[in-house]
Amino acid sequence: MIGRYKFEIGCILVLALAFLATQAEFNRFYYFAGFAILQYVMIATAWNILGGYGGYINFGTAGFLGVGSYVAIGLIEWGDAAIVWQVVAAAVVAGLLGLFIGYFTLRLKGVYFAIATLALAIVLETIVNNWDFVGGAAGISILPPRKPELLGILIVDRKGDGIFSNSKEFLFFLMAAMAIFSVWVARTVERGKLGRGLNAIKDNEEAAECMGVPTLRLKLIATTLSGALMGAAGGIFPSYMTFVDPPTAFNLEFAVNSLAMPMIGGTFTWLGPVVGAVLLGTVQQIAIVTISSELNLLILGVLLVIFVTVAPHGIVGWFMKKNK
Amino acid sequence: MDFLELLINALIAGVLLGGFFAALSIGLSICFGLLDTVNLAHPTLIVAAAFCTFLLNDVFGLDPILAGVLITPVFFVIGLVIYTAYYQFFEKNSAEALRGLAFFFGLLFITEVILIMVFGVDHRLVNAAYIGKSMGMSLGTIDVSIPYRLLVAFAVAAIMTLGLQMFLDRSFFGRATRAVHQDMMALSLMGVDPVAIKRIAFAIGLGTCGLAGALMIVVIPIEPAVGRLFIGNVFAIVVLGGLGSISGTLIAAMILGIAESVVSTFFGPSWAPAVSFGILLGVLAFRPTGLLGVGDTR
Amino acid sequence: MSETLLEINSVTKTFGGFTALSNVSTEVLSGERFGLIGPNGSGKTTLINCISGLLQNDGGKIIFDGHQLDGMPAYKRTATGITRTFQIPRPFHTMTIMDNLKIPVEFVSKPGATQTEIADEAMHILETMGMAEKANQETAGLTQIELRKLELARAIAAKPKLLISDEAMAGLTGTEVDEVLEILIKFNEQGMTIIMIEHIMRAVMQFSHRVICLDAGELIAEGVPEEIVKDEGVERAYLGV
Repeated sequence: MIGRYKFEIGCILVLALAFLATQAEFNRFYYFAGFAILQYVMIATAWNILGGYGGYINFGTAGFLGVGSYVAIGLIEWGDAAIVWQVVAAAVVAGLLGLFIGYFTLRLKGVYFAIATLALAIVLETIVNNWDFVGGAAGISILPPRKPELLGILIVDRKGDGIFSNSKEFLFFLMAAMAIFSVWVARTVERGKLGRGLNAIKDNEEAAECMGVPTLRLKLIATTLSGALMGAAGGIFPSYMTFVDPPTAFNLEFAVNSLAMPMIGGTFTWLGPVVGAVLLGTVQQIAIVTISSELNLLILGVLLVIFVTVAPHGIVGWFMKKNK
Repeated sequence: MDFLELLINALIAGVLLGGFFAALSIGLSICFGLLDTVNLAHPTLIVAAAFCTFLLNDVFGLDPILAGVLITPVFFVIGLVIYTAYYQFFEKNSAEALRGLAFFFGLLFITEVILIMVFGVDHRLVNAAYIGKSMGMSLGTIDVSIPYRLLVAFAVAAIMTLGLQMFLDRSFFGRATRAVHQDMMALSLMGVDPVAIKRIAFAIGLGTCGLAGALMIVVIPIEPAVGRLFIGNVFAIVVLGGLGSISGTLIAAMILGIAESVVSTFFGPSWAPAVSFGILLGVLAFRPTGLLGVGDTR
Repeated sequence: MSETLLEINSVTKTFGGFTALSNVSTEVLSGERFGLIGPNGSGKTTLINCISGLLQNDGGKIIFDGHQLDGMPAYKRTATGITRTFQIPRPFHTMTIMDNLKIPVEFVSKPGATQTEIADEAMHILETMGMAEKANQETAGLTQIELRKLELARAIAAKPKLLISDEAMAGLTGTEVDEVLEILIKFNEQGMTIIMIEHIMRAVMQFSHRVICLDAGELIAEGVPEEIVKDEGVERAYLGV
């Protein structure tokens, strides 16, 4: 019984650990770094559902994330929606965006989908730049609600009456919950009919279609799911950052990381993106403090190229081979 | 200025801009259309060439176009190196084409970061007699003003495109390149090494980045990330033109140039990047074989 | 012989200005062993791409077992009972042989079955093909004949009414050709209709009840093997006289 639910129990333990961390009142930098790493776990995992299982590369992570962020900003500006609704709405809109772009480009060769997603991020940034309601090119500041409640329970209160003593800790916990949820989704996909169908598509799409796999439908499900998770990861971003402008929300770094993390960790299992995100995320958080951020990005790019060329199965694949 | 005058000025600027776009896209049309190597880094390498032009202009006072001609061989050699690596790691063992995409994306990113590290994020310009001045004309009651920098870019782009077109149509090498696209086997039987043909053709495609970069810094101020803004343009043009068709590329570039110029004039320049993407998506959705219907996108 | 299983009615396919199939009409009967021959570039593969749904015909009609196929995506055609193999084998190369077979079982022949049932069915087919001991092997190290057999096994795993075998014997030795023929005949005797595209004349003539020949996109001959071999048009098409 326990053996069967080992993964789920592990998830709950990690979540409990994240909760304990919020109560420990560490230095603020650790929550910040932890938030960034968890966000990358979620983004890399979401990317891998389409890219790793289905073999369709999405260069537009920044676009999906940015859309999620700006949906949340729109909701805050429009009527102070609760953070949960911001995240849900961000997921829905980004998921629809995935469906939309997939519907128009997934009938063609995979490279066209990739090119369309790359351009997508740029056009979305253009739209936001021209849209004053959400701050336009100058960006926008967000004030987190002073005493947010959920189902009548006080979530954050400085005096200690709520569950968390400040909103950064609360958002850190929420991010952890979302990241774990994404990993669970990815693992469920991987072990189900959808995952097997996507794998067949990745190996040979025409053969898959001729073996009865509804390729277009599965690809659309994967782009929608992947887009929705990326959008949700973006939806929590404005509340955490408290200031967002288009270059932050649509940062190309998101696209590079979301691609590099699974590729370096290993794309064929849910563990790969997690390993890649934790490893690269940690290195980057350390590197930002100790060396220049440009050098940090250069290392990222070089690592991506090295892994893509000489170690296509990533770290997880390398370990599995050694154990065989 | 009244509407008609704005429109006519926008159309003329659009045609000139289209010539410039053709110069940016022509090399990619060869690499992507004829050789199936989806070089995402193409626009960013053009920006790298633009920075080289900036250096030659700033330090030695060289004319930007002359500088572009001088750095073109350098980019040809870079092309040889990139294709050799690409072939070694991806094409030879027919690895998933999509991993090759990730490789080019990594190249794009590395190039951009190196440019930021060397030149910073400031906008850079070059000096030449024809930059900053305009040619004024009157067509009846309508005043037309044409910036010389656009005229120069258009002329150079036209020579470059037509030259490449002639080369690909008339020379043995050009015909061999087209044959690589259609039938590798036939070429091998003729005793021609298809990989050698592809390597040189790719290098020619990448060589165009040299001159295109010079044109870019003549037309607009540049900064390292500006290459990304052109990804939508160049891919929209290459796909719309029908993969591998030089004349199609030229027509598509004109269409995009005019569309961007008209949108910039009437809705403001900050909307321009959306034009190319809209056209790209539209083309992919409704006309993936390109204007002339010769592309193969499935 | 019994009723018509597949009806091909004036099917036309063009690519740009090039006509790959022009007005091709024929019928395949239920339970039949049907040969399709023609020189390279004559349109054989285009025709079966149009039947299997990887291409859509521009003109004409294709009716299979009461279903009108025109406009139907390939995966749905597989569900109606058509599967095919590919001239150059296209295994799912990151999967084991077993997992290759599980795909059509899970998606077509036993939708909704448990993983154990799916595995049993896949194993059963591997056994009939004499490949059971290779079930957990990766596809990377397979020999030419093993790849061909995997290609056939995977198509058969979808439990088709009509199996289209696209040059399943190219590059095989004489005894290997016989082995593949034996497999095909065995499944035909269990009621599977088979269209065989083949360059090896001996095999296609020995196998088929009826043969058609395409040349430059047109049907130039139709008949029993003995007639086809003697047909002047077929001879011209092959020898280019």
